[in-house]
Amino acid sequence: MIETLERLIGEHPFFNGMAEQHLRFVAGCAKNIRFDEGQIIFREGDEADQFYFIREGLIAVELVVPPRGFTTLQTLGAGEMLGWSWLLPPYRWQFGARALEQTHALAFDGKCLRNKCEQDHDLGYEILKRFTHVISERLDTTRLQLLDLYGTHA
Amino acid sequence: MAPMLEQWTPAKISADPMLPVPYRIKRVRHETKDTFTFDLDPVGDGREFRYAPGQFNMLYAFGIGEVPISISGSDGAMIRHTTRAVGTVTNAMRNLKRGAVLGVRGPFGTWWPVKEAAGCDVVIAAGGIGLAPLRSALYEIMEHRDHYRRVTLLYGARTPEDILYRRELEQWRGKFDLDVFVTVDRAMGDWRGMVGVVTKLVSRAPFDPASVVAMMCGPEVMMRFTMMELRKRGVETERIYLSMERNMKCAVGFCGHCMYGPLFVCKDGPVFRFDRIAPIFGVAEV
Amino acid sequence: MTLQIQDCVVFEHQYFDQLLQALVARGYQVLGPTRRDGAIVYDRIHSVEDLPAGWTDEQDGGKYRLKRRNDDALFGYAVGPHSWKKFLHPPTELLWQAQCDANGFQIVPQKQSSPKYAFIGVRSCELHAIAIQDHVLLNGPFQEPIYKARREDLFIVAVNCGQSGGTCFCVSLNTGPKSTFGFDLALTEVLQPDRHYFVIEIGTQRGADIVTAIPHQPAVEQDKQNAEQILNHTAASMGRKMDTTDIKELLYRNLDHPRWDDVAARCLSCANCTMVCPTCFCTRVEDVTDLSGEHAERWRKWDSCFTTDFSYIHGGSVRATTKSRYRQWMTHKLATWIDQFGESGCVGCGRCITWCPVAIDITEEVRAIRESEPELQRSKRDSVREGSRD
Repeated sequence: MIETLERLIGEHPFFNGMAEQHLRFVAGCAKNIRFDEGQIIFREGDEADQFYFIREGLIAVELVVPPRGFTTLQTLGAGEMLGWSWLLPPYRWQFGARALEQTHALAFDGKCLRNKCEQDHDLGYEILKRFTHVISERLDTTRLQLLDLYGTHA
Repeated sequence: MAPMLEQWTPAKISADPMLPVPYRIKRVRHETKDTFTFDLDPVGDGREFRYAPGQFNMLYAFGIGEVPISISGSDGAMIRHTTRAVGTVTNAMRNLKRGAVLGVRGPFGTWWPVKEAAGCDVVIAAGGIGLAPLRSALYEIMEHRDHYRRVTLLYGARTPEDILYRRELEQWRGKFDLDVFVTVDRAMGDWRGMVGVVTKLVSRAPFDPASVVAMMCGPEVMMRFTMMELRKRGVETERIYLSMERNMKCAVGFCGHCMYGPLFVCKDGPVFRFDRIAPIFGVAEV
Repeated sequence: MTLQIQDCVVFEHQYFDQLLQALVARGYQVLGPTRRDGAIVYDRIHSVEDLPAGWTDEQDGGKYRLKRRNDDALFGYAVGPHSWKKFLHPPTELLWQAQCDANGFQIVPQKQSSPKYAFIGVRSCELHAIAIQDHVLLNGPFQEPIYKARREDLFIVAVNCGQSGGTCFCVSLNTGPKSTFGFDLALTEVLQPDRHYFVIEIGTQRGADIVTAIPHQPAVEQDKQNAEQILNHTAASMGRKMDTTDIKELLYRNLDHPRWDDVAARCLSCANCTMVCPTCFCTRVEDVTDLSGEHAERWRKWDSCFTTDFSYIHGGSVRATTKSRYRQWMTHKLATWIDQFGESGCVGCGRCITWCPVAIDITEEVRAIRESEPELQRSKRDSVREGSRD
C-alpha cells in the first residue's frame, strides 16, 4: 500500500524532483481518504494538522460571513493542494473546507511532517519551496477575483 | 500551424457601410440584471443576414448613438445580439421593448478561425459578456461537430446570477459532446459549482498543445492570464486567437478611434491571432 | 504652340490675375492663401488682390508672426495654420438625417457633391500630405465618399517654395521643396530687380489648357536655372532636420523610454498639433435630435487622439495619461503609419512645432530618443549585471 502511494506521489509534478528518502517519508505520512458530498473537511479555527492533495472531486474553501452564512471563496479540484495552515503558527485553519461532490484525496499528516522538517532542513526547504508555489498561485487567482473584472466600472 | 485570418472585404457588406438599416426588435430576453438579448428583423425587405462568428454590427439607438456589438447568432434575416448595459447607448437600449426600431450597420471585422480549426482540439475561453461573440462560433462548431476533435468551453461569470445562456449551456453539455466548465468569481446562494477565476480552468481542459486552436474573449486581464496558462501548457502563440475591444465610431477604418498600435480593431480585428499583437499586448496604454 | 505635360513656360507677374480668372471661368471655386487675423490662411480668393503680396512669416517653436517684405512676392512665406484638409476632409459634415415614421425611422443620406475646387499655392509638402490622405481615405476596400467627391475634380496650382520656413524639414522627409507630382501646374516665383515672373511646369492637360489662356512664353535655360537656384537655396536653409533612419524600429523599441515622461510634463494635450497637421484624419460622430425627438442627425467632426475620451471604452480610457496620448500621436505619425499605409505620415511642414503653445518639437523628440538610446541600453545592461536594484 505504501509502495503504491509512494509511486503515486513521486510521479506527481508537485513532488517531482524530491530526493528518494524525502519522498519515502512524505508517502509515509499519507493515506487515501474519501469525502462524501456535503461533508465538512475542517472548520475555521480547528487545529490544522493535515493537508490534502485532491485526486478527484470538488472542494469549497469557505468562510462564515454573517448574515450570509457559509460563503464559498474558491473551489479546488483534481490536482490541487488544500491547506498550508499546518505549516505556520498558530497551526489553525483560517477558513473552512467542505466537499461539494464526492471527493477522493490523499491526506497528509502535517504535524508529523512539520516536526520532521524542523529536524531535516533539506526536507523543510523542499516542502516550503513547493508550498510557496501553491500560495503564490492562490494569491494570483485571488487578486484576479478581487479585480472583479466582469463588474461594471462606471 | 494555424493560418492567418482572412481580411475583411467589402463583398461581405451588401449595403453602404455608413448608413444604418432599420431593424425591428422581434424579441427581448433579459438574461441577467444588466445583460439582454435582442432578436432583430429587418423593417424593409428580408435579405438573409450573412456574417462570420466573431464579427460585429454597429447598433444605432435613434437620436442617442451607436455602439459596436458582436453578433451572437442569426437565422435567415434575423440577427441576434446579446448586449450588456454599460453606458448611455446600451442603457437606453435596455429599455426598448418589442417593436422598437434600431439601426444596424455591418457586419464588420475579422472572425474566429472556425474553419481553420477543423481537425484540431478546440478550447474556447470566455469571460463575462465575452461568451456572446463566441456563442456563434460554438454553434458553428456544433453544426459540424465531427470536423473537430475534443471541444472544451471554459466560461467564467461574475456570480451565478450573471451566467449567460444558462439553459443552452446545459444543452451543449448534454447533446453535443462538449466539455463545459463554468466558474464564478464570487459565489452566492446555493451555488454548488466552481468558484474561482476562469484562467484556472485551462489546466483542466483536455487538449493536445501541438494541435489545439484556442479562442478567447473577455476582459483584457482575463485574456492575458488565460494566455499565460495556455503558454504554460506549451500552446504556441499562432494557435491562440483573441477578440480585442477598443472605442469605435465608424467601424470602417477612417475615424482612427480603434487604433491599437499599427492595427485598426474594426478592420484588422476584432479577432486577432495572438502572435500578431504580441509585441503590444502587454504595453500599458497603447 | 501646343503645350505638353512637362513643358516649362514663363509668364509675367502682372498676368497672375488672369490665371485665377481663367479658373473661375471654367467653373472652379478658387481657394488660396490670404491674410487674416495676423496669419496667412486658406480661404476663397476672388482675385490676385486677395493674395498676401509682400508679406512673409517668421516661424519657430510656438511662434508665428507676419512681417512685411521689401518686395511684392505673392508667395513669399511658408505654410500657416490651415492645411488643405480643411476643404477635402472638412471639419464638420452632415452624414445623414433620420426621421421617425410609422415604421420606426427612415435614414436620409446626404448626397455627396462638392463645387470644383482649385487650390492655389499648394506647397510640395502639401502635395505629399494630400497624397497621404488619398491613401488613407481612398485606397482601402471602402472609399470615403466625402473626400472622394471633393478630390475628384480638384485643380492644383502648386508653388515651389522660395524660402524655407523656420520650422520646415521637408528635405529630411523627401517631400520637397520641389513639387514633383500631383499638380496641374507648378509655379516658381522669380523676383529680380527689373522683373517679377513665374516659371510654370505643366503637370496635366488641364493645366496646359489654363496656361494657354494667359500670355506666356517658353522658358529659356536661364529661367529654368533661376528656378533651380531658388529651390536649392530653399533646400539648404531648412529650419529643422529629422534623422529618419530606421525610425519605425527606433520608436517601436522605445515605447517605454523615459523621454515620453519628459514630453508629457510639457504637453498640454491641447490638440493643436492634430488640428494643424495636414495628414491627421481622425474624426468623431455626433448623434443629435431636435427638441421633438422625431428628427435626428449624424454629424462627422474632426477629432484628436489627444482628447481624454478618444480611447474611452466602458469604465475608462485606454490612454488616460497625457504621456500615452503624446506617444500615440508621435508613434502613429512616424512609425505605425508606415505599417498601416506604407509611408510616413509626416511631411515635414513644421506646423506642429510652430503651433504648439509650449514649443514641443517633434524633430527634437526623435533626436532625444535616438541619442539617449545607447546610454539607456548601457545602463540597463549594467543594472542587470550588478543585480537589479528594483
